[in-house]
Amino acid sequence: MITTALRMLLGDKTKLLGLIFGVAFSTLLICQQVSIFFGLLGRASSVVNDVREANVWVMDPSVKTIDAPFPLRDTELGRVRGVEGVAWAVPFFKSTVQVRTRGGNLETAIILGIDDATLVGVPDTFIMGSIEDLAQPDAIAVNPAGFRLLFPGSELDLGRTIEINDRRAKIVAIVDASPAFAANLSIFTRYSLATQYTNNGRNQLSFVIAKSADGEDPEAVAAAIAQQTGLKSVTSDQFRIESIMYILANTGIPVSFGTVVILGAIIGVAIVGLTFNQFIMENLKQYAALKAIGVKNTRLLAMTVAQATFVGVIGYGLGLGAAAAFFSNTSRKVDALRGFYLLPEVAIGVAIAAVVIVFLSTLLSMRRVLVVDPATVFRG
Amino acid sequence: MATQIEHSPEPVPAEEHPLTVRCRGVEKSFGEGQTKIRVLRGTDFDARAGEMTFLVGPSGCGKTTLISVIGGILSCESGEVDVLGSQLNRMRNSRLADFRLANFGFIFQQFNLLPALSAAENASIPLVARGESTRKAERAATELLQKLGLDGHTHKTPAQLSGGQQQRVAIARALVHQPKLLICDEPTASLDAASGRTVMELLRDVALEEQRSVIVVTHDNRIFDFADRIAHMADGVISKVEDTNQHKTRQRAGEE
Ligand SMILES: Nc1ncnc2c1ncn2[C@@H]1O[C@H](COP(=O)(O)OP(=O)(O)OP(=O)(O)O)[C@@H](O)[C@H]1O
Ligand SMILES: [Mg+2]
Repeated sequence: MITTALRMLLGDKTKLLGLIFGVAFSTLLICQQVSIFFGLLGRASSVVNDVREANVWVMDPSVKTIDAPFPLRDTELGRVRGVEGVAWAVPFFKSTVQVRTRGGNLETAIILGIDDATLVGVPDTFIMGSIEDLAQPDAIAVNPAGFRLLFPGSELDLGRTIEINDRRAKIVAIVDASPAFAANLSIFTRYSLATQYTNNGRNQLSFVIAKSADGEDPEAVAAAIAQQTGLKSVTSDQFRIESIMYILANTGIPVSFGTVVILGAIIGVAIVGLTFNQFIMENLKQYAALKAIGVKNTRLLAMTVAQATFVGVIGYGLGLGAAAAFFSNTSRKVDALRGFYLLPEVAIGVAIAAVVIVFLSTLLSMRRVLVVDPATVFRG
Repeated sequence: MATQIEHSPEPVPAEEHPLTVRCRGVEKSFGEGQTKIRVLRGTDFDARAGEMTFLVGPSGCGKTTLISVIGGILSCESGEVDVLGSQLNRMRNSRLADFRLANFGFIFQQFNLLPALSAAENASIPLVARGESTRKAERAATELLQKLGLDGHTHKTPAQLSGGQQQRVAIARALVHQPKLLICDEPTASLDAASGRTVMELLRDVALEEQRSVIVVTHDNRIFDFADRIAHMADGVISKVEDTNQHKTRQRAGEE
């Protein structure tokens, strides 16, 4: 009877397409939105992620996210270094600047200043140049998306100069930084240069990043720093989560993405529900005839479930494929969407959502099949 | 032509065919309280193997209700419904469904074929429902469709067939699983006179094979000549049964 059920569905191409479209549409929309949402959350903590060497972040007690630092006095660095269990501690500067592109536009950039002496705090993948090049005068490194913003249409290369707040800066390296939340252009430079580019005084320190000594628990070390300096001090993991929570709590992002996701689900339920209901209604007399012939409710239910499953699997597959195609194109070609991927967790989550959508939308129709009275077949 | 009023048909004469359906004192009403209508009022009805029994009567007299009870798709409040040796009113629903699938074939006025399926697929449904493989079931259905004159139409969907052809597909669906009792409600009402006669001829020739019992509810006096017996119903009871002696004529023809 399952074959019969599927033939019934395949025999009605218009509705079959409508049903598949409904599921595919919801799947695509939800996959895409949820992936971008997680991508954005990832960006909220990407600067913390990219500083792989450090595992403790020290900051002013008022700071809640990596994106809004508050300056520390640079004497704090020495105090952090003095805490027991700290292997090393270096300054880390983070701010935003406006940079004029070759086309004349002003672009917002995040500027990250790393310790002059150790050059600790740059992502470890260099596409061109190397970390040592940052020791040169006026040297900066940029991310590829940022380079393309500065020099639209140009191939990545080294040696070009730009002006940041009227100071010359020379691109000596291209670094594969994770896309940041606040800007698409990330500039890495030495701490001393960064403070000049942003016209800040020498004593403007955003963070102290530190590493716990071998065998020390980073959380314990972070707590010790906080206790002895009166500053806020957390592990990288904690700071990453705090930065993400800050975005969730203080922006419209969760609401706007949540709304689109819920709308996607509702539209899916509406399309699938209405189409499936129509499909069942058109066959209801025939279902009654099948019951009269002696086909039991369990069989009819199995048939309906088979039809729903068929539609669900194909629709989900197409939707997922479309979402994957979208991200495989955009994450390479569109810088604004770089680093947004279709995560397997999202695919699984949306599969569950698709099951719920198909189940909800077919529930009513299934009920109709179950309650239709076989005696109605003899009535005109 | 026997026209006596038959309230309790007594001992079956030796030359008669065995009873397949024996209803006694069947009561069935619809609705509750003020709006309650008694449709079957102690109805007695018989049908016999190898015979076509017509059930005729004015609209609303309870013909459809009676065959629904006989067909095991409507339960009655009281009375005896003995079909093929089983008491239907004592059966549970799920056993009834199995019983119908094993023993009954149904033909409806509105053919009730699944629109997306081909003639062969539609006709194979009872076999598939019994667990037969799709391929085997469709082969049997195709053979039967050919016997019913639908050669070359077995792959068509109902929409591609005429009303008479669709009803022939429905006949194939009703017979493909070799039921012992065939129940038809107004099988020719949606057809023109010529198609109606063709359908009845096929029913007589194919359905009556193997001592099958056929009950036909009809208003259509153009086809009364196909009946072996005509049970007249009025106000929920059988008022008289005519024996047209057709089966005896057929029997003699068969013997010669
Ligand atoms: N499910 C139901 N609920 C309420 N009343 C019903 C129901 N089914 C039948 N009836 C009533 O029972 C009576 C007999 O109906 P039935 O369909 O058996 O008549 P019929 O002899 O087949 O008529 P027709 O020749 O018009 O088909 C009618 O008055 C009808 O309105
Ligand atoms: Mg009727």
